Amino acid sequence: MSEVKTKITAEDLGVKKVYLESGIEVDPIYTADDVEDSSIKHEMPGEYPFTRGIHSTMYRKRPFTIRQYAGFASPEETNERFQFLIANGQSGLNVAFDLPTQCGLDSDDPRALGEVGRVGMTVDTLDDFEIAFKNIDLDKITVSMTINGTAIIAIAMYIAMAEKAGYDISSLRGTAQNDILKEFIGRGTWIFPVDKSVKLVVDTIEYCAKHVPKYSPVSVCGYHIRESGANPIQEMAYAFCIAKAYTDGALSRGIDIDDFASRLSFNFDIYGNLFEQIAKFRGGRRLWAKIIREDYGAKNDKSCWLRMIAGGGGGGLTKEQPENNIVRSAYYALISALSGTQTMALCSYDEAYTIPTEHSAEISLRTMQIMIHEMGICDTVDPLGGSYYVESLTDTFEKKIKEEMLTVDKWGGIVNAVATGKIQESVSKQAYEREMGMQTGKVDKVGVNIFTREEENKEVEFHPYNQEAADNQVEKLKRIKASRDNDKVQACLAAVKSGAENDENLMPSIIAAVKEYATVGEIVQAMKDVYGEFEEPIFF
Amino acid sequence: MKVLLSKPGLDGHDVGVKVLAYGLIDAGFEVVYTGLRKSIEEIVSMAIENKVDTIGLSILSGTHLVLAERMKEVMTENNLDIPWFVGGNVPAQDVEKLEAIGANKAFATSTKVAEVVAYFNEIKVKV
Repeated sequence: MSEVKTKITAEDLGVKKVYLESGIEVDPIYTADDVEDSSIKHEMPGEYPFTRGIHSTMYRKRPFTIRQYAGFASPEETNERFQFLIANGQSGLNVAFDLPTQCGLDSDDPRALGEVGRVGMTVDTLDDFEIAFKNIDLDKITVSMTINGTAIIAIAMYIAMAEKAGYDISSLRGTAQNDILKEFIGRGTWIFPVDKSVKLVVDTIEYCAKHVPKYSPVSVCGYHIRESGANPIQEMAYAFCIAKAYTDGALSRGIDIDDFASRLSFNFDIYGNLFEQIAKFRGGRRLWAKIIREDYGAKNDKSCWLRMIAGGGGGGLTKEQPENNIVRSAYYALISALSGTQTMALCSYDEAYTIPTEHSAEISLRTMQIMIHEMGICDTVDPLGGSYYVESLTDTFEKKIKEEMLTVDKWGGIVNAVATGKIQESVSKQAYEREMGMQTGKVDKVGVNIFTREEENKEVEFHPYNQEAADNQVEKLKRIKASRDNDKVQACLAAVKSGAENDENLMPSIIAAVKEYATVGEIVQAMKDVYGEFEEPIFF
Repeated sequence: MKVLLSKPGLDGHDVGVKVLAYGLIDAGFEVVYTGLRKSIEEIVSMAIENKVDTIGLSILSGTHLVLAERMKEVMTENNLDIPWFVGGNVPAQDVEKLEAIGANKAFATSTKVAEVVAYFNEIKVKV
């Protein structure tokens, strides 16, 4: 071993300098000297700080879970799909909700015009949940709900439905996305001011920790932050700051870190440079473990695990030469597996411009299956462990993510940085620079600005809007409002309102309200009366 | 020239509209942005308040035809006669439909920022 550490630079070899999207310079050659000081030499998979994976056996014991995203317009269709999946031996389903439900509007609200059932299931009252889960054994299926702004109501409905059906909610499983802070940065289904929004998330955490301990109430999403323009360092840093905000909230309610942290999971994005993404996940996983143990004092190893779904992001796919997206998605899947993900999902290659066909959805599924069954990806844990380049970049990422988190602290913390629009402004500026880089040819994109060819005209397609189904939903809502005990509903809504005024945990009063068939819109309005609404910071 | 960029309806996809805002600002235009989830009524009254020369609607959820019809009605109700345009995720086959409803121009999916800027430079002379 050499006495003096040598670093081989681009200048030494007379080659051009290379920078990652995150701004990190990449050396042309890495050697043992680059990992001389790295802690990785002493690390094993399944051992703290888990850089090499959260389990000692990883995919050798069980491959990552494949979970594709899908939406069904009505509670009836959702129910049919559940029945089909159970009959075919599957045990999990994502439920997507339409925009009125996600934004807290009932189907008969004028602002819901043209949107009822368009991008997912419509929910006005508990009745819709009862239809969707009719004859479904909730002990046999785990339901993942992609909902944020009104997540507290959706979780309350799930629990209320289970209670009414006679289940013991202490053994109820399932997950909700319920990450409102990222909605202010990307995706946009916020309703209330930032601090009140976080309070509602913490209400769900506290309630679940005490009464529904097997339910995972929050999945923190770096994914949408990256899709909004964040670089890979910022994706991880902002997600960790968000996760810390929820954690701090939970601790302030007297919940033990070890009772909460192990129920937290993450959702991350994959596109761009292969090694940069792998280092992002490995470095991020090590840093998160250290935060939970060193900053929060968790004793349980499980609390320190960065459990994640990491899938191919839409941001990397193109409308031009769409078949290239099949190849890109295969690389994204490889990145995800080499990074030790728990769950994987891929976008369909035609998703950028049309409704994915059964054929394109099947290709996504086969991409992951080929990797598991033909490529030997599951044979050895953390196969890139020990690579001079990967380990050096992993160390750099751990350091850079930590630095970016300190920047958020300087902005007054994540709640303030989001409320003032600081983060939104910086990521949207980056999205502009990236887009212009691609449009002017500064950033290479195959089929878009290099290796282009005459494009055949591909029509952009949407699902036709089902006006009849929307009208039926509005009719049903009318019937329910006429047949429920409206005095009880008003009393329940008043209880939600006074709970909000007195800063109580709103879960019990919302569960009581949904049991009387109060609507999503009515409950949201009761909260708006007290909390007000978020005012979006405009920076143009 | 002053441009109002808007997000009508419930769709929260705002990367595109923000990218265009920066593109127009860099090209010397004045941009006013409404923020997310505005009704057509709110958008039109912001246009009047801010005395803008043109209005852009960014729609990615597929509701562009419904919202364009509403736009035409509200513009007429308010006696506002300035050019308005539609962008976002717009199928090429709907471009003509949107222009027939009354949009001065509709930009189909994958239109480049430079093309939109060129269009604005063109109408700038006329406005």
